[in-house]
Amino acid sequence: MALIIGMSVLLGCQFLGEVISRALSLPVPGPVLGMLILLIGLTIRGSVPQSLRTMGEGLLKYLTLLFVPAGVGLIQHFGLISREIWILAITLIVSTSLTILVTSQTLQRVARKEFQPKERDT
Amino acid sequence: MSGAGLEQIWVYLSASPLLHLLATLLAFLVATRINRWAGGTPLLHPVIVAIALLIGFLLLTDTDYATYFEGAQFLHFLLGPATVALAIPLYDHRERVRRMLGPIVVGTMTGIATAVISAVSIAMVLGADTETILSLAPKSVTSPIAMGIADKLGGIPSLTAGLVLLTGVTGCIVGPWIFRLTRISDPTIQGYSMGLAAHGFGTAYCFASIGAVAGAFSGLAMGLSGLVTAFVLPPIIHLFGL
Repeated sequence: MALIIGMSVLLGCQFLGEVISRALSLPVPGPVLGMLILLIGLTIRGSVPQSLRTMGEGLLKYLTLLFVPAGVGLIQHFGLISREIWILAITLIVSTSLTILVTSQTLQRVARKEFQPKERDT
Repeated sequence: MSGAGLEQIWVYLSASPLLHLLATLLAFLVATRINRWAGGTPLLHPVIVAIALLIGFLLLTDTDYATYFEGAQFLHFLLGPATVALAIPLYDHRERVRRMLGPIVVGTMTGIATAVISAVSIAMVLGADTETILSLAPKSVTSPIAMGIADKLGGIPSLTAGLVLLTGVTGCIVGPWIFRLTRISDPTIQGYSMGLAAHGFGTAYCFASIGAVAGAFSGLAMGLSGLVTAFVLPPIIHLFGL
């Protein structure tokens, strides 16, 4: 039963998220709102039920597999990709490098001391 | 068994969701093996290899994407509940977030702004199509969230999925090099930066090559930046007039 309860909680949160996203025509995806709803729910409850943890962590463990079907969709965009390959390559490399550089420099400056882990937890 | 019999079996299989669901799982298994043989390099990430194998398979068998997706949609559907499940590690990290709220807020906002503004403006300057730009905008966010954002913005979700994966690979290659060049040695900062810029790929890299603390911070950054980006990206895109 644990998996059924866990899956029901996840799908229930996603369902609520989709309904809110559509009803208020928010630009935020339904599952993201569902994630926020679950986070608020867990904070109120004060712990993660074992059934939810089993299902949720199971899904997250195989998260990379779930990207594959959408990734295969690239097959539909060969034309666009070959037309804009250099734009895509330059944007990805420069923007990703800049993001890592700026984020690490900002953290280095803002949080020299605070950002050290105070205990050895993971 | 005659040739005609085999053909009938193929006609049946290629029209049922069974074949392409199984093909996706097998491709992922083979890709994981290949990645292990190659010493776990991010260049041959299992997801990238699995996608390449499946695209090859579809081209060889002359199957269109819609037919493939009939089977693969069962896996794809799970992205929704998996996104919701990201709340669990975020909840687990709540103490850490509370303790370092200031730096995390500043770092996350600056990082997201850099990721989105640099991607959109570089692509615009280079003359990319609007659809391409909108598909590039959420590239640093974990796939399930990025695809949802692209869909809402009018980008192409499956193109976004591919670009997100390539961003992850890029981050794992340039990240360590940037840290060496700028002398960033703190694993918490390395982890947070990798998770923010290169989502799950960055997190996996951190766990494998830097350590558990870096991995935990990377996972935290991935979850938080995904959540925040979903809210701040649409207004930023509006500033660009897209």
